Amino acid sequence: MAKRFQIQQMPGFRTIAVVTFVLLYMPIFLLVIYSFNAGTSIAIWEGFSWRWYVSAWDNQQVQEATIRSLVIAFWASAISTTLAVLAALATTRTRKFKGQAAVFAMINQPLMVPEIVTAVALLIFFAMIKVATGYTGLMYLVIAHTAFCIPFAYLPIRARLIGMDLALEQAAADLYAPPFRVFTRITLPQLWPGILAGAMLAFVISLDDVVITEFVKSAGQDTLPTYMLGQLRRVVTPEVNAISTVLLGISVTMVVAFTALSKLKT
Amino acid sequence: MTAAAISARNLRKVYPGSPDVVALADASIDIQDNEFFTLLGPSGCGKTTLLRMIAGFEHPTSGTLTMHGEDLTNLPPYKRPVNTVFQSYALFPHLTVAQNIGFGLEMLGKPKDEIKETVGEMMELVKMSQMADRQTGQISGGQQQRVALARALAPRPKVLLLDEPLSALDFKLRKDMQLELKRLQTETGITFIFVTHDQEEALTMSDRIAVMSAGTIRQIGGPRDIYDRPAERFVADFIGDTNFVPAQIAANTGNDAQVTLSSGKTVTAKMPEGTALTGKVTLAVRPEHASIGAEAAGLLPGRLSEIVYFGTDTHFHVALDDGTGFVVRSQNRPNETLAFSTGDRISVDFAPGVGQVLRD
Ligand SMILES: Nc1ncnc2c1ncn2[C@@H]1O[C@H](COP(=O)(O)OP(=O)(O)O)[C@@H](O)[C@H]1O
Ligand SMILES: [Mg+2]
Repeated sequence: MAKRFQIQQMPGFRTIAVVTFVLLYMPIFLLVIYSFNAGTSIAIWEGFSWRWYVSAWDNQQVQEATIRSLVIAFWASAISTTLAVLAALATTRTRKFKGQAAVFAMINQPLMVPEIVTAVALLIFFAMIKVATGYTGLMYLVIAHTAFCIPFAYLPIRARLIGMDLALEQAAADLYAPPFRVFTRITLPQLWPGILAGAMLAFVISLDDVVITEFVKSAGQDTLPTYMLGQLRRVVTPEVNAISTVLLGISVTMVVAFTALSKLKT
Repeated sequence: MTAAAISARNLRKVYPGSPDVVALADASIDIQDNEFFTLLGPSGCGKTTLLRMIAGFEHPTSGTLTMHGEDLTNLPPYKRPVNTVFQSYALFPHLTVAQNIGFGLEMLGKPKDEIKETVGEMMELVKMSQMADRQTGQISGGQQQRVALARALAPRPKVLLLDEPLSALDFKLRKDMQLELKRLQTETGITFIFVTHDQEEALTMSDRIAVMSAGTIRQIGGPRDIYDRPAERFVADFIGDTNFVPAQIAANTGNDAQVTLSSGKTVTAKMPEGTALTGKVTLAVRPEHASIGAEAAGLLPGRLSEIVYFGTDTHFHVALDDGTGFVVRSQNRPNETLAFSTGDRISVDFAPGVGQVLRD
């Protein structure tokens, strides 16, 4: 029998792997370490301290940006997940219709169109609405975030729906459940890990966004990432490290939860 | 007479594709109340398709489907008083055994205490009372099968559809469940439409059988009719073992005919209903309905080529002089000595009226 190709045995595999991991994780590792730096430098270690966490916590701008980020992420993930459930049902539980592939591509558009293009388009579009209505609130950011969160919420939900046994829904219909009750009693209880996974993914994606937010936000509407970007242009202190570390913690927790949920069997 | 429980008229189902699949080709069938009715046929002959149309999961391409005279065509599955036992069982994984069984009643809006009572009865009926609060993933295949059955019976449907419900069970369990199903059908009086590709299962359980092939219904009748009077070659071949004997119709008297065999001898044979066949035909003779004897005595002379002992009976393989083969099966008796041995000149004989003329 011919020997199977095994990439581990190729020359240089080890080196490439190690270099890649170091490049990927070293900066994050340093970021976390220096968030505990007692000094003001982000490059010279002066001992352990919680000082930058306390300072970030007390910083009113950080507080406001954090709340704003969370509010936007909450609404964007809630709305995009709801829409994603509907879209996933329409693309998996209906008779095959003409242009289904096109619809699928359109739902996933934000994954393919460069973010900067969407950002500019939204900027112009919202500017027109702002002129027409005079409204300058947070809704623009919520709508923009909802739009790019949809595919992230949609994909895990769709995967779950496809993996579900259609016979279960038919069995429910056979047992006198009209379509809506089939959905609430059979489909939804089995779909919830997918829905939660989708919502969490959308939440993290929204929390993390810079490009579109930067273009769409009005004055005084900084989210945590855009606030941090703004800070970096001035003095850089380990406070940014501290905020990043907290964000990292939230993201890692959510991704772990997401993975666990996607694997969950009903 | 009241209208049939289920009546299909020229029911047709075409799955579009390239090429189109004609899953059911103008099938007509009447299933009466209280019947244990079996759809029997090889895999892919359209049994599931017919069942799914009765349940309402597939829409007929043409033809009509009525229940007690009422048109079912535009009635969605959840409005049909028909329940299904799915081949995969399709138990709801997030509900307990009791919740699964009560689901239909709950959807019908029955009061809580009535649901509880019926679920209790149903669990008793299928001997699952100890398992009420189990998750469906925590019970064996045979138990899942019982839950699926109880769940479908609980709302007391007019018709119960069973799609090869026993095929996933091992031999012993399958035999038990065959008796169990028959008992349940008798006790509940519900019309069962049972799908199987196992001819023995069909013969032992059914009141009537429809033998299907390639989307058409070839013959409908009681197990004995189907076995003793197969109407055509496919049915005779699919159900049990059969010898096919070339013959010539000498005289046709309606239900019977005089046929001349290759040896020149003439014998009375049964004719398929409603046909007036003439000329060359094929005669079906079951191995256990024939015997062997001295060369000059019987209908078809030949040479005994093989004797196979089976315990309960013995199979005699005969090479007939006309070039065809014939198998005779004879039940063994104690202290029996065989009158013939391999290589002997003998003849095959069968009584008048035993042979069945086949429609081709
Ligand atoms: N949804 C479907 N789409 C296309 N062809 C189908 C579909 N369901 C069944 N068929 C085809 O129709 C024929 C009959 O299938 P089925 O009713 O499942 O047969 P059986 O239950 O007797 O094995 C088969 O040739 C099968 O491949
Ligand atoms: Mg089938």
